[in-house]
Amino acid sequence: MRKLALQDEILMQVEKPARYIGNEVNAVMKNKEEIAIRFAMCFPDVYEIGMSHLGIQILYDMLNGFEDVWCERVYSPWVDLDQIMRKEKIPLFALESQDPIKNFDFLGITIQYEMCYTNILQILDLSGIPLMAKDRTEADPIVIGGGPCTYNPEPFCDFFDLIYIGEGETRYRELLDLYLSCKNGNKSRKSFLEAAAMIPGIYVPSLYEVTYKEDGTIAERIPLVPGIPAVIAKEMVREISQSCYPKKPVVPFIKVTQDRVVLEIQRGCIRGCRFCQAGQLYRPVRERDLEMLEQYAVEMLDNTGHEEISLSSLSSSDYSKLPELLDFLIEKCNEKRINISLPSLRIDAFSLDVMNKVQDVKKSSLTFAPEAGSQRLRNVINKGLTKEVILEGAKMAFEGGWTRVKLYFMLGLPFETSEDIREIGELCNEIAALFYDTVPKEKRTSRIQIVASTSFFVPKPFTPFQWAPQNTKEDFLEKAYQTKQSIISQLNQKSIKYNWHEADASVMEGIFARGDRRLNQVILRAYQKSCMYDAWSEYYHNDVWLKTFEECGVDPDFYTIRQREETEIFPWDFIDCGVTRQFLLREWHRAQQAVVTPNCRMACQGCGAGRYQTGVCLERKGQEQ
Amino acid sequence: MKVRIKFSKYGPMKFIGHLDVMRYFQKAIRRAGIDIAYSEGFSPHQIMSFAAPLSVGYTSEGEYFDIELRTPMEEEELQKRLQGAMVEGIDILKVQNLPESEGNAMASVQAASYLAGFRSLSFLPEDWEDRLLAFYNTPTIPVNKKTKRGEKEIDLKESIYRFEIREITEKCALLEAAAGHKGIYMLLNASSGGNIKPSFVMETFLAAIGVTLPEYGLVIHRVETCKASETGEIGDWKALI
Repeated sequence: MRKLALQDEILMQVEKPARYIGNEVNAVMKNKEEIAIRFAMCFPDVYEIGMSHLGIQILYDMLNGFEDVWCERVYSPWVDLDQIMRKEKIPLFALESQDPIKNFDFLGITIQYEMCYTNILQILDLSGIPLMAKDRTEADPIVIGGGPCTYNPEPFCDFFDLIYIGEGETRYRELLDLYLSCKNGNKSRKSFLEAAAMIPGIYVPSLYEVTYKEDGTIAERIPLVPGIPAVIAKEMVREISQSCYPKKPVVPFIKVTQDRVVLEIQRGCIRGCRFCQAGQLYRPVRERDLEMLEQYAVEMLDNTGHEEISLSSLSSSDYSKLPELLDFLIEKCNEKRINISLPSLRIDAFSLDVMNKVQDVKKSSLTFAPEAGSQRLRNVINKGLTKEVILEGAKMAFEGGWTRVKLYFMLGLPFETSEDIREIGELCNEIAALFYDTVPKEKRTSRIQIVASTSFFVPKPFTPFQWAPQNTKEDFLEKAYQTKQSIISQLNQKSIKYNWHEADASVMEGIFARGDRRLNQVILRAYQKSCMYDAWSEYYHNDVWLKTFEECGVDPDFYTIRQREETEIFPWDFIDCGVTRQFLLREWHRAQQAVVTPNCRMACQGCGAGRYQTGVCLERKGQEQ
Repeated sequence: MKVRIKFSKYGPMKFIGHLDVMRYFQKAIRRAGIDIAYSEGFSPHQIMSFAAPLSVGYTSEGEYFDIELRTPMEEEELQKRLQGAMVEGIDILKVQNLPESEGNAMASVQAASYLAGFRSLSFLPEDWEDRLLAFYNTPTIPVNKKTKRGEKEIDLKESIYRFEIREITEKCALLEAAAGHKGIYMLLNASSGGNIKPSFVMETFLAAIGVTLPEYGLVIHRVETCKASETGEIGDWKALI
């Protein structure tokens, strides 16, 4: 029997011990004597969050498909166990073998959101790996980062030996082979890193130096080793239907956020909303073949025993074979009593019909994401959704018996005025009024419930809004207040509930998102003052962060509210994300004029992703909306 | 067709709570391709009923649940398939088709037997065995038991059907933490109205002989879950299958 890393007494006193024991259905066990490379794959947040992440499941499956590699999982120990491990000096371990991470060849960390940066340090620290890459020795694992935040890796680049830019499916074998040949040839860590810098998509932060101008912006990036690339181009899967995808995903014992089969139907998005980073990073949109999806859906359900399947994509309604796929799934799932969950669907006659079929009688709430209250501001952000479309969808839904509507908005978008904010309340009111007009009194089963939520806009690298100043905390709170005022002044205000996010964390997210190398010391210091789990509001200490910035002599405003010149060299400009800077700048100008840009299916905008010669870029344009 | 399934729980699986064990079996039954019956109604669920929940941290070789099959299946075939869908730490020990007249697993439960061992004997007095047995031999053991509606006084003695000192041998591999020591074997009321936790018995007894148990000092293993016999004699009580 496997021996657990933690003693019974410890497992009995922590919350949810199942987070730390591994042993789940479909977890991969291998004989370590027959393995050349031990790889620990980490999501730096608690188990239930990390286990819900598709990317890790894909890479776990791919790496374990290599005979000479054993990939295991590791997540952030929750704060209760964290304390015990520090006190008892228990090294962080991988779930499968329960062996210390420190003895692995690689530690891969996926970085999905800015507020997990201190958790990266927690993982390294508990593992007994030096926090700074420069302090590591031959005995330490190679620490490699990946995921969307690595499109601006500079704020945390000092903690990583390597950073993989782009989709993970393409270059790992090459990287691992290089590692093996260096290991067998007794080459040093440094010479491995230098050689790795030549692999496309691999960024080695320590091999570059950055100099700054007097105003604090970047003057120059200098490669320190001759021959290494000045620009790192993202890696991308060209044949998405032929790429690896897990047929046997790990099934957790405890309920996790995504407790279902997740079927990624396509990668990327045709829409080009100007605030959305994923919409730019994953260009061009690539659909998986219908046959592949049908086969995987069946096998994944059989292999996991899950009672629900969810279609995953940035905008499911844009998948061109969606009706066929849903017909297939509905038939299969009815037979096996499996629920289908359909996030990110546009509300229209088709989707309402589908929801009727898959959800029977229980009517969940409908979700619209207008993102902005007024049509003018929706044009600024290039969100195609019009009021007419929302009202039409809502009307059909009310006729079909739905009574709950969720609406998502952003506050602090570029070029926003108080008029735009006022229209948030008006739109909510109009939807409520529409319910009373549509559904006659005798047919109303309950009052209409509208929940409006606002988040605060954070400009992200590689979006047209990367030049935009972010709002201050005070601006944010004032705008939330205005939204509240707008809503309570409406006739149907009793049917509308309003939620808004916290402003402090949004400001901090903005600092990290467009930060540079000078933030490494701030993050390190904040961690040393025990900042951790910043994404969890109960553990986020804004005052500690602000004080740390001050002590480090780093001005947070430089990263957020500053107006950036169009010619400024950004910290992330050494990455080629597939979309050109000229395209993003063109979109930034069009935003200023509130001009909508057609989506990729309507007309090619020459964003730069056409060079990959795949996905939507190969389709004929102009037939579809 | 009603089927009763007996399973064991040990190793890392002892940290999986009752609700998660239920979820685990719901998924396992799908993986095993067993044609289970579903309830009627808006959100149909598998017809499955567990005998007696096991506390987190306990191991067991006497766990039970009943399922209703839509298509009958040979007992051996069902056991083989379900075992094939298990992880290390849960084994399917026995499968038995039930006559329609059989009551459901939970309602049938009368008692459960346990082995309780100590992680270390160092905090116990030399004569702990005699003192525990002497306490057990007092005519009544009044205690306050927490119930859903508050506390009530009961005679614990009435709910303890057997209480013996036993050697925990290597054979009890599931209790490895206490192997080699002497422990306590007990048969306790486990009916839905009068369930008594073995940890409660141990705490009460040890307190009575003046011993404070260190935290997590006990290891507990459920040996069997029993149903009452027609004779009503404790000696006739049998395993659920």
